[in-house]
Amino acid sequence: MKNYRDHIPCSMAYATAKRSAGFLTKGSLLVPLLAVLLLSACSTAPIVTGPVEPPLRRYEDLVKPGQPNMLDVKDSVEGFNRGSYRFNYYFDEYLYRPIVRGYEFITPNYVEDRVSDAIDNLGEITNLTNNLMQFNLKAAGITVSRFVINSTIGVGGLWDQAKKMGLNRQTEDFGLTLGHYGSGSGTYLMLPVLGASNVRDTTGLVADVATSNYLGPVAWINDSTFTYAYSGIYAVDRRHRIPFRYRQTGSPFEYELIRSLYTMKRDYDIGQTGEVK
Amino acid sequence: MKRLLALTLLIVSLLADRPATAAPPQSYFYPFVNPYEATVMELPKEFEVRLPDQVPVYEFVIRPFPHREIPEVFWYEKGLACSLVYQEHKAPLVFLVAGSGSRFDVPRMLKLQKVLYQAGFHVISITSPTHMDFVVNAASGLPGIATDDAKDLYRVMDLAYQKVRDRIQVSQFLLAGYSLGGFDAAFVAKLDDREHHFDFKRVLLINPPVCLYDSVSALDRLLVQNVPGGMDNFDTWFRGVFSETMHLTESWGPGGLSGESMYRTYKRMQPSESNLAALIGLTARMNAADMIFTADVMNGGGYIVPKNVRLTSTTSLTRYATVAYKTSFIDYFEQWLFPHYQKMEPGLTREELLRRETLRSLEGYLKGSGKFGLIHNEDDIILVPGDIEYLERVFGDRAWIFPSGGHMGNMFHPDVVSAITGFLKGKEE
Repeated sequence: MKNYRDHIPCSMAYATAKRSAGFLTKGSLLVPLLAVLLLSACSTAPIVTGPVEPPLRRYEDLVKPGQPNMLDVKDSVEGFNRGSYRFNYYFDEYLYRPIVRGYEFITPNYVEDRVSDAIDNLGEITNLTNNLMQFNLKAAGITVSRFVINSTIGVGGLWDQAKKMGLNRQTEDFGLTLGHYGSGSGTYLMLPVLGASNVRDTTGLVADVATSNYLGPVAWINDSTFTYAYSGIYAVDRRHRIPFRYRQTGSPFEYELIRSLYTMKRDYDIGQTGEVK
Repeated sequence: MKRLLALTLLIVSLLADRPATAAPPQSYFYPFVNPYEATVMELPKEFEVRLPDQVPVYEFVIRPFPHREIPEVFWYEKGLACSLVYQEHKAPLVFLVAGSGSRFDVPRMLKLQKVLYQAGFHVISITSPTHMDFVVNAASGLPGIATDDAKDLYRVMDLAYQKVRDRIQVSQFLLAGYSLGGFDAAFVAKLDDREHHFDFKRVLLINPPVCLYDSVSALDRLLVQNVPGGMDNFDTWFRGVFSETMHLTESWGPGGLSGESMYRTYKRMQPSESNLAALIGLTARMNAADMIFTADVMNGGGYIVPKNVRLTSTTSLTRYATVAYKTSFIDYFEQWLFPHYQKMEPGLTREELLRRETLRSLEGYLKGSGKFGLIHNEDDIILVPGDIEYLERVFGDRAWIFPSGGHMGNMFHPDVVSAITGFLKGKEE
């Protein structure tokens, strides 16, 4: 019984997360952030059912204090995050991937790649702003050239002709820009629907969504139908390109593994900012 | 001088008392001479057998213990998934057992299914008893002792066959497995000789260990001895390997963090032998850790998890993960498995329990029964010196031993594939 009561807040978290997903596309992160604050109370301690006996292999005996451990990532709202991870698993399994599979079934691979290229081309705006903010002028120049070439010769971005000319995509986001200037990652966050992140990268995401809304494709064509269509195609294309499948690790520690690898990958990417790819 | 040396070698090799084994074809050529590379690297396409893109497959779930309450921490576990690859006509059915820590649908299993489908078999694929899905849904106790894992596997095979028997026409039953799955297959076959549910016509062991304890020790040494500065330096070493890997791969997804897919990323770089060895050891260690933690939770805790606590879906597992990754299979055997068995069977010695973990305990049976076949490589890294000679002696002309290929690196080489399908079809008859 105790167990069930403990979980009421988390099931509320799912409901809140579901509703907040709609707001995200409009750039409002207020609701999920509130949810984070409210629901960080989900217990991360096991439920005690009797006199607790310490196990044979104890953490204290095996881990020397101060020894670096990549599994240790700052995770102040772990209870919420694990609930969110679980929500994402069901969301992915029963809604997101079925839609993406449908898209993959009806769309020839060649067309899928054209969609990806077009989405990438429209996304160059945040690469440009972030390269500029990092004062990486060469990368910013390449981004402008890519956009011009791909929008014209590449017919509205459907073909990445610039890449064939040796101009690689200079992917940057505002989370990386913040990291570039020394901002710490803050606590790890598992965002509903959007997946692994942290405070720094979530802030970055909000900024990039705002940039895209005010300067990007959504602003160019001020039409709500276009905005919905763009957001929908963007979401489907994004999942289509990520090979990740939940439970593919076959590990009971998948949450930990994703958290560590996400953090290491972002640290690596921040180390690469300021360079031309 | 050279000629003299060659002559001496020739004489020595003629004098050496080596029983006749089925010689691999003269043409056998394998591009990797380094066994670690061979184990890790995927065979370049031009060396590989051609396989169909798609095969007809039916996935299903079985529950060997329908009343078992699955702990909330494993909220994603919903029965043991298996698959059937089927022919439209009457055909022999192969039960295929995955290797250590592998599910029924890892890339290697999918490819083996295609190999067997192409050769005209139905295939039921079974997750390894060491994979957490099996431990949660189908293990009757602590996993890791071959004789008891075989009982669990046999129960799963029974249920799986009942689930699909209306869909297919079966002419006879065959059994095959690779690595630990091959080892398991031998013990399952022995059990079947008593129970006669399937009466396996032929049983194929592909790159099995001879003595499980030796093999897991060898694999763990690959990790412990190849991390520069020892395991205290693991974190620094892994971060180094990670960023080296990142440099070379643009398309990274979190999906690239398990066994075979980790290798796929890694093969793009020019790896040092010690890094390769350490990564092989790390994969084995991680698989063991997953199994040990899961088994501990399923059996009431006491080893890694405290007794009398219930883990929920939001419980932090980080500290348990840290401990589990610092636990090797050998630790588990010595500190937990052996005492546990001793409690159940008073008077059981360590040596007696270890005997249940080696093909040597089945020697007379394997030697005497014509239904067993073996495929192995001389440079397989899970073997210890003397193992290959032993296997040649036991399996005689039913052994196909290739000079190189590491641990299963050559599995989809055309010569190996024809050894697999040739034996299972029973060409000698």
